[in-house]
Amino acid sequence: MAKLRQIAFYGKGGIGKSTTSQNTLAALVELGQKILIVGCDPKADSTRLILNTKLQDTVLHLAAEAGSVEDLELADVMKIGYKGIKCTESGGPEPGVGCAGRGVITAINFLEENGAYDDVDYVSYDVLGDVVCGGFAMPIRENKAQEIYIVMSGEMMALYAANNIAKGILKYAHSGGVRLGGLICNERKTDKELELAEALAARLGCKLIHFVPRDNIVQHAELRRMTVLQYAPESQQAQEYRELARKIHENSGKGVIPTPITMEELEEMLIEFGIMKTEEQQLAELEAKEAVKAA
Amino acid sequence: MPQSAEKVKDHVTLFHEPEYREMLKAKKAAFECGHTDERVTEVADWTKSWDYREKNLAREALSVNPMKACQPLGAVFAAQGFAGTMPFVHGSQGCVSYYRSHLSRHFKEPSSAVSSSMTEDAAVFGGLNNMVDGLANTYALYKPEMIAVSTTCMSEVIGEDLNSFIKTAKEKGSVPADYHVPYAHTPAFVGSHVNGYDVAIKGILEHFWQTDERKPVDQMSHSVNIIPGFDGYAPANIREMKRMLDLMGVSYTVLSDVSDVYDTPSDGQFRMYAGGTTIEQTKTALHAQGTISLQQYCTEKTLEYIAGKGQDVAAFHYPMGVAATDRFLMKVAAITGKDIPDQLTLERGRLVDAMADSQAYLHGRTFAIYGDPDFVYGMTEFLLELGAEPRHVLATNGTKAWEAKMKELLATSPFGAQAQVWQGKDLWALRSILATEPTELLIGNSYGKYLERDLGIPLIRLTFPIFDRHHHHRFPTFGYQGGLRVLVALLDKIFDALDANTIIPGVTDISYDLTR
Repeated sequence: MAKLRQIAFYGKGGIGKSTTSQNTLAALVELGQKILIVGCDPKADSTRLILNTKLQDTVLHLAAEAGSVEDLELADVMKIGYKGIKCTESGGPEPGVGCAGRGVITAINFLEENGAYDDVDYVSYDVLGDVVCGGFAMPIRENKAQEIYIVMSGEMMALYAANNIAKGILKYAHSGGVRLGGLICNERKTDKELELAEALAARLGCKLIHFVPRDNIVQHAELRRMTVLQYAPESQQAQEYRELARKIHENSGKGVIPTPITMEELEEMLIEFGIMKTEEQQLAELEAKEAVKAA
Repeated sequence: MPQSAEKVKDHVTLFHEPEYREMLKAKKAAFECGHTDERVTEVADWTKSWDYREKNLAREALSVNPMKACQPLGAVFAAQGFAGTMPFVHGSQGCVSYYRSHLSRHFKEPSSAVSSSMTEDAAVFGGLNNMVDGLANTYALYKPEMIAVSTTCMSEVIGEDLNSFIKTAKEKGSVPADYHVPYAHTPAFVGSHVNGYDVAIKGILEHFWQTDERKPVDQMSHSVNIIPGFDGYAPANIREMKRMLDLMGVSYTVLSDVSDVYDTPSDGQFRMYAGGTTIEQTKTALHAQGTISLQQYCTEKTLEYIAGKGQDVAAFHYPMGVAATDRFLMKVAAITGKDIPDQLTLERGRLVDAMADSQAYLHGRTFAIYGDPDFVYGMTEFLLELGAEPRHVLATNGTKAWEAKMKELLATSPFGAQAQVWQGKDLWALRSILATEPTELLIGNSYGKYLERDLGIPLIRLTFPIFDRHHHHRFPTFGYQGGLRVLVALLDKIFDALDANTIIPGVTDISYDLTR
């Protein structure tokens, strides 16, 4: 068995991380890889498309029922999905209470200690949103994920988030082995999206791994709780995910230490691409509006 | 006034003076608004009924006097057993004060440990700066040879990454790059001090062993490592164990030896560090033939790691009494190839003789035992050996696996037939259990004195912590000699109780015998 490869998907909430990661992993299975998914999101939807159902038995949900994590068995929390992909979800507290970050730590420790990482080639973490606290940085600690893939789009907030995640990676890259694998752009059909993604990748010093075009078939598959690979294996979109999977597979050990940019630099870049307006432009627009009102 | 400068009264007698009695009585009547004494007695009696017991045992959301401490306490204790080592707890100061006072109150010795003094700021922004400054200060002020880091609830909840923090601190020059800073994550809200002990030892071994492969060299190939585990009797027990191993002439390394640091002499010199396993010993311990743990539940992860390095490993449950000591010595003999000397055989014979001499007073005596899982196991085994009957055995920090193992042990002897195993229960549960199904004697620690007071069951203090009796830890419970001492502790309490029951002249004194 080759050395265990661990990767993680980060990105702004709602960007399509879970969809992209599951489709990619479903394609990776076709390359003969044995995969374990560790969903690190209290919503527990990182394995829905692989299992064709939402996983109810999250580590923390079952731990809460049993009284403590020590009372759990691995078999209770690990389910087998599409083509043998092993699926686990950390789960977490109800919105507004408790500490989801600690939940991620607890869940990952439990999985490691109980042998969930044995006999797999890939561990893939699907992490909620930003690196908001130490708990959500757990997958990028030393001896965890070697490469982080940031899922983003041409939307402004997605770019902000990608840059923030790069900052988190930089912090940990310093003392550990974590690297930025690259950006994955999930097309939103915003202006100059590909160029923008390429520009950000260049500024961060990494590659744009793949530009995933928007295709309604993803929604069709998702409604049926399936990956595109399962729902329409012959489709063009399935080919895109296969391509992405191949690129990630070949990207092993080729991650970089990112060079995140400042907020000012990011905003300048957005203005350059016409995504964001300068203050003068904004003022001019406001004045024009006022003038219309007055008239 | 009852108190005067000429004759200062201790609080024990002071508050028995009439002035204070009256004052307290008046305060109760005027301000406390309590229930009547009858009502209080009525409820207190109800708490000893089966009705209350069932409610109490069904209790889920509250612990009352759980018999366990938190992980970092065990980690601090484990680290103190290494030479010149300062335990460093990444968390707030109050936590570390607790570990230090808890250990000091038991051993009556100073207990050195430092904290990274995390505050609200650190909780929000992360404690990296606390680690950087804390390591630098510890290194400069206390000049340790090694700083062993563990964590608390606070740093664990916010997800501090010790590995990267320590690396960063080294890069920032807090301590030299090649300085020894092993670490262990010890979230205080999971497990207990026995788990903290485990991961701390494992962290230290990993630190020294990770870049090395085991290559048993001649002088090490018959050497054995011993991990004592968390033990309130550690100073005397480790010394007794060393004495036996020296008699056998084996080469050994005690991994975490606190015997000197928790028993320093008063000779005008303060020793922040005393004795302990040296760095060199810890490094070479990798090449030993095998490792023996005296307390399995204190070393589960550590032994797994050591076994993975290729050593023979064996674990015991706080060996006490004849058979458990036999097994320990035979294991040492098997690993090292050395014979058990006649002197130890003689000591064994003396213990067996003493047990036989007192058999009439021990046979069928019923006991309740609580404490750490390994202690409860070892103590129960010894009681079965003595023909006494353990009726209730309880470990708050015992696992389901422990429960199964206890049942297995109890099933090996007719004296264990009526025993009940209470896994995960606290002392308030034990109070109900003993109120409804009493035993003649209770074995535990100082916290048991409230059960003794409420239920009238004599308490024998034999495990950590013992705050209200002095110097117990200076005499071993381990080995054949320790067995004698435990035997005497049990018998003294039995005879004291017997005397107390036969002491009223003309009423009960027919058996108030001079010779027992």
